[in-house]
Amino acid sequence: MYLLHHLLTPGTVKRWFARFLERHERLCTAFTQAEKQVKGSAFGCRMCGQCALPATGYACPMTCPKQLRNGPCGGVLATGACEVYPDTQCVWVTAYERAEQEGRVSDLTLLQRPIDHREWGKSSWVNYWQGRDADLWTSDDGLTRTHLVLTDLRLVAGGPKA
Amino acid sequence: MIPAGDGRLRTALHSGRFAVTAEIGPPRGADAEAIAAKAELLRDWVDAANITDNQGSHTRLASWAGSILALRSGVEPVMQLTTRDRNRIALQSDLISAGAVGIPNVMMLSGDHPTFGDHPDAMPVFDLDSVQLIWTARLMRDQGRLLSGKPVKPAPHWLIGAVENPFAPPLRFRAQRMGKKVAAGAEFIQTQFVFDLDTFGRWMGEVTDLGLEQRCGVIAGVGPIRTVRAMEFMQSKVPGIHIPDHVVRRLRGVPSDQVAAQGMALCVETIETLRETAGVAGVHVMAFGHEQVVPELLERAGIPPRTATAPTVTGRTHDAG
Repeated sequence: MYLLHHLLTPGTVKRWFARFLERHERLCTAFTQAEKQVKGSAFGCRMCGQCALPATGYACPMTCPKQLRNGPCGGVLATGACEVYPDTQCVWVTAYERAEQEGRVSDLTLLQRPIDHREWGKSSWVNYWQGRDADLWTSDDGLTRTHLVLTDLRLVAGGPKA
Repeated sequence: MIPAGDGRLRTALHSGRFAVTAEIGPPRGADAEAIAAKAELLRDWVDAANITDNQGSHTRLASWAGSILALRSGVEPVMQLTTRDRNRIALQSDLISAGAVGIPNVMMLSGDHPTFGDHPDAMPVFDLDSVQLIWTARLMRDQGRLLSGKPVKPAPHWLIGAVENPFAPPLRFRAQRMGKKVAAGAEFIQTQFVFDLDTFGRWMGEVTDLGLEQRCGVIAGVGPIRTVRAMEFMQSKVPGIHIPDHVVRRLRGVPSDQVAAQGMALCVETIETLRETAGVAGVHVMAFGHEQVVPELLERAGIPPRTATAPTVTGRTHDAG
C-alpha cells in the first residue's frame, strides 16, 4: 500500500490532469466514481475528500463510528474490537498494527486537523494532486490553515514519509 | 510544568501538591438541588469536581449549567465537553461561555457513542475529535482566535484537560496518544478507572519516558466497587474498563454483605500505590451514585481534606513539581 502511494505522489502531469478534470464536470464525476469504487472496496472509503490514509497505516479513520482522525477512543474492547460494532476490529488497532509492521508508528503521532465538510463526495486525489491536502496533518502544533500559510509547513520536516 | 494562576486544581498541579478530583453526574430533572447536595459532600475534600456531559449518552442537565451550580455551592468545576453532540460552532460557543461565567477548568473528550445511551437513534455529531477540540481550545485561549480565524476578545483562560485510557488496545500507542493531546494543549489528563496496576505502571513508564508528566498533570482514575453486580456491569456494559482476575477473585471471594467493604479497601490500597508512583499528580475519584463514600476513601488513603491543606501545603511533591 505504501508502494501504491508512490504512484499517486503529486507531480506536474498529475497536477495538470487534476486541473483538466476540474474543468470537465462529467469527466470529473466519472473519475470521482472510479476513485470511490477503488478506495471503497480496498479501504471502505467514505469519500470525505481529504484522504488521511497515508498517515494512518492505510486504515480509513472515517470508518470509525466516531470518525476519529487522531487515534482510538477509550472504548476499544480488550479484544481490539470496536465498542460500537463488536464484530469488527477497531480501525485504529488495524492502523497501529500496520504502522508498526512498516516502522511508521510516527505517522500516527501527527496531529490531524479538523476536516472541511464541504469536501464530502469530492475526489481526494484531485485535491491531493493540486496540493490542497498538504496541510491536513502536522508534526508541529499549529492548528489553523492561516498559521500554515504563514509558516509554510511544506518546509517543515515530519510529514508522512513518501 | 503547569503555569500558575487562579483555581484550586491549577494551583495543586502547579505546586506539585497531590491533586484530588471527583465527579458530579448531573440529574435528569430540572433539579439544582441535586448538584448542590453532591457538591456539599465533596466540597472540603476535592480540588475540583468534573461535571459530566450527558454521561453514557444519557440526556441530563447540561455540564455548563451543572458547572455554574457547582460554583455556587463552592466546588470548583471541571466542565466536561464531548464532541458527540455538538459541531465546532457550538463547541467553541460553549468554551467561550465557560470563560465568561468563570468556569476555571474544561475537559474535552469524544464521549460515548449514542448507541450506549437513552437515545440510540440520535445523530452522532463528531465534527471534531477530542484532540482537535483540545487544540481548538488552546488556539482560543493562547492565540485568542477561533478556528475560523476570528478574534476572541477577551480570550478565556480555563485550564485545559483531557482523558486517556491506558487499558484499551492498542496498548503500546496509548502513551503516544496522550502525547498528541499534550501537544494539542492538554494540561491535565484524567484516566479511566485503575484496577490493573501492572498495566497502569507500564503506561506510566512510557509517559515519563516521553516526559509528558512534566507538561501535563496525570490524574489517575479510581473508584470503589460496591457490589458484584456493579463489577459485572462495569466489565460487560462499560467499554474500556479492565478489571484483572485477581481483583475479580478478591471481590467474589467474600460474602455479599462484605463486598462493599472489600471494594473500599481495594480502592484505598490503589490510591496508596498511585501516590507512590512516579509521575502521578493526583487521583480522580469516580463514585457515581454514592459520593458519600469519597471522604472516607480519601481519609483512609491518607489524603487530608483540602480545607486542611489548601492553599499552600508542603505535601508530597510529584516529579513535575
